[in-house]
Amino acid sequence: MSQALLKIRGLRASVTADDTQILHGIDLDIMPGEIHVLMGPNGAGKSTLGNCIMGNPAYTITDGTIEFNGQDITHESTDKRAKAGLFLSFQNPIEVPGITLSTFIKTASEEITGDHVRLWKFRKQLESNMEMLQMDKAYLDRDLNVGFSGGEKKKAEILQLLTLQPKLAILDETDSGLDVDAVRTVSQGVEQYMKESGRALIIITHSTRILEALKVNYTHVLVDGKLVATGDASIIDDINQNGFEKYLQN
Amino acid sequence: MKEKVQLEDINRSLYDFKDIETEENFYKLDEGLSVDIVEQISREKNDPDWMREFRLHCLDVYNRTAMKDWGPSIEGLNMDDIVTYVRPKTQMSAKWSDVPDDIKNTFERLGIPQAERESLAGVGAQYDSELVYHNVREEVAAMGVIYTDLESALHGPYADMIKEHFMKLVPPTDHKFAALHGAVWSGGSFVYVPPKVTVEIPLQSYFRLNAPGAGQFEHTLIIVDEGADLHFIEGCSAPKYNVANLHAGCVELYVSKDARLRYSTIENWSKNMYNLNTKRALIEEGGKMEWVSGSFGSHVSYLYPMTILNGKNAHMDYTGITFAGATQNLDTGMKVIHNAPDTTSVINAKSISKSGGISTYRSAVVINPKATGSKSTANCESLMLDNESRSDTIPAMDVRTADADIGHEAKIGRISDEAVFYLMSRGMNEESARAMIVSGFANNVSKELPLEYAVEMNNLIRLEMVGSIG
Repeated sequence: MSQALLKIRGLRASVTADDTQILHGIDLDIMPGEIHVLMGPNGAGKSTLGNCIMGNPAYTITDGTIEFNGQDITHESTDKRAKAGLFLSFQNPIEVPGITLSTFIKTASEEITGDHVRLWKFRKQLESNMEMLQMDKAYLDRDLNVGFSGGEKKKAEILQLLTLQPKLAILDETDSGLDVDAVRTVSQGVEQYMKESGRALIIITHSTRILEALKVNYTHVLVDGKLVATGDASIIDDINQNGFEKYLQN
Repeated sequence: MKEKVQLEDINRSLYDFKDIETEENFYKLDEGLSVDIVEQISREKNDPDWMREFRLHCLDVYNRTAMKDWGPSIEGLNMDDIVTYVRPKTQMSAKWSDVPDDIKNTFERLGIPQAERESLAGVGAQYDSELVYHNVREEVAAMGVIYTDLESALHGPYADMIKEHFMKLVPPTDHKFAALHGAVWSGGSFVYVPPKVTVEIPLQSYFRLNAPGAGQFEHTLIIVDEGADLHFIEGCSAPKYNVANLHAGCVELYVSKDARLRYSTIENWSKNMYNLNTKRALIEEGGKMEWVSGSFGSHVSYLYPMTILNGKNAHMDYTGITFAGATQNLDTGMKVIHNAPDTTSVINAKSISKSGGISTYRSAVVINPKATGSKSTANCESLMLDNESRSDTIPAMDVRTADADIGHEAKIGRISDEAVFYLMSRGMNEESARAMIVSGFANNVSKELPLEYAVEMNNLIRLEMVGSIG
């Protein structure tokens, strides 16, 4: 029996600033190679769960454990989680003036691999991934996310995903606010990421478009900080047709 | 998660090494200021008569001028304790191999000769009060560019030109430390670029103040003739002693019709230095002045490069960053006088304060009645890295014509926790994440510098950020 890549037990978490409880006991297992979809109404705690897995200090874990690759990372710092192979694609990627996209990705890559990046090869690899993502190469020399459109920001996140090659990636509404073409492009990038064996995904989404080309193993419904239902991909269609109503009544 | 800030000193070992100055190797005057001292300096330097008289006149002005009554405190500075003249016992050399080993080692540790080989058209290196090395590439000299120490120039073919310009832009009556400078100035550079000559790679002067309790009073005089183009870089550093040091240099820049001058400074004085420097530029018709300024060191700084746009269409760009850490009070900014029609100025000032450091941006934009159609835009941004630090913006505007376009924007911010989390989620630890955000903030200055200096500046930022996380 292979080991779970991510194992969450009894996870409770609150907002650090005001102690508001958001997550009320989450259990979740993700095996290598699996794609999990996380759905739920606004404010249910989906992003909070993603942020807790990545170790955002804006949230405090009050109970429970998170294990990644057999290691307890419940109280590990975010950078160590990233080095261990976790990745979060941000819902709202942050603008960092004065640091170019290429410098940022290069620094990140060096931090995560611990190796010095060979510039020319690195640039070639970036450019080929950008071609697939239909991103203008000029973005490499622009300040990170500054003045990027919503679509370009999300594409830049997927570009980082493809470069950093984590074991488990959490995509937090990577498809929201994108037009049909951009969603298709982004989902090609995600497909590309999943080609390597042993990788896993948590996709937080409201729509099905990003999922069309992906083989979803499990769908979870999160309501009021609890996982109220888990099933296969058919739940997604059900929710899209009937909304969350029946889960809310539970 | 709460952030803590350590108040310990950063590791400045690159700059902080001290050379042992033995009595035999250095010639020092007594501390303090008197007619005797000024006359001794004048004799040492073999001044022409007019200069000796000018020094004494400046001393008189100094004694008659009241101490300023604004800005950061300089109570720790006692002129009676400052040695105004320290000369290494060596002659200035044009050959690096002739510079005495101890001094050579100092500059080699700072990377000066290497920078010269790689990216500079000429270098002057000043150690305490005197230049110890001066060299200009043959091809640059062949274009008629003069780059020499000011003392030799006073006795050479450009003597009249110097007499005509020396302390005319910054008269001794300007303020008390300008008068002090006039009385005891020593070292510095003279640059003349003939009409239509473009110097492709920068010239540099590096000032190192090594003696404890000493003052450095170098004078830089640059004249860029019509249609000529020059980039001049000034670098400064000093090791830290427990006694106060003083830097009261003076920079006078003359930019003729349609000429361009870029003046870049990376200042990293030690944190016991009082940096009371005066810089001023006069720009004629169609001329361009570009200031690029990075202020990192010193205990107290007063630094406001001033530009007089004196001819139609003259232009000024000011790009500056100031980083005030623990025990530092850095009062920096700029002043621009629009004195002719259609003159323009663009100001981009940034400041960072940390660990109780105080940074103040102080500026004055003056538009005179005849400067119709002029335009000035200013953008000031401050970044405060903790709650103990302080950042102020004091912009003054004096507009005397209705036909002018003035803009001023100011912004004070902090590093957002979310940005730190974002960078950490890509593998950077908290310290690197913060350092990266600060480097990005300072990027407007570093991208204006030649690569080697941009790297040095980023190293300085990284040094300042080490130990900022508890």
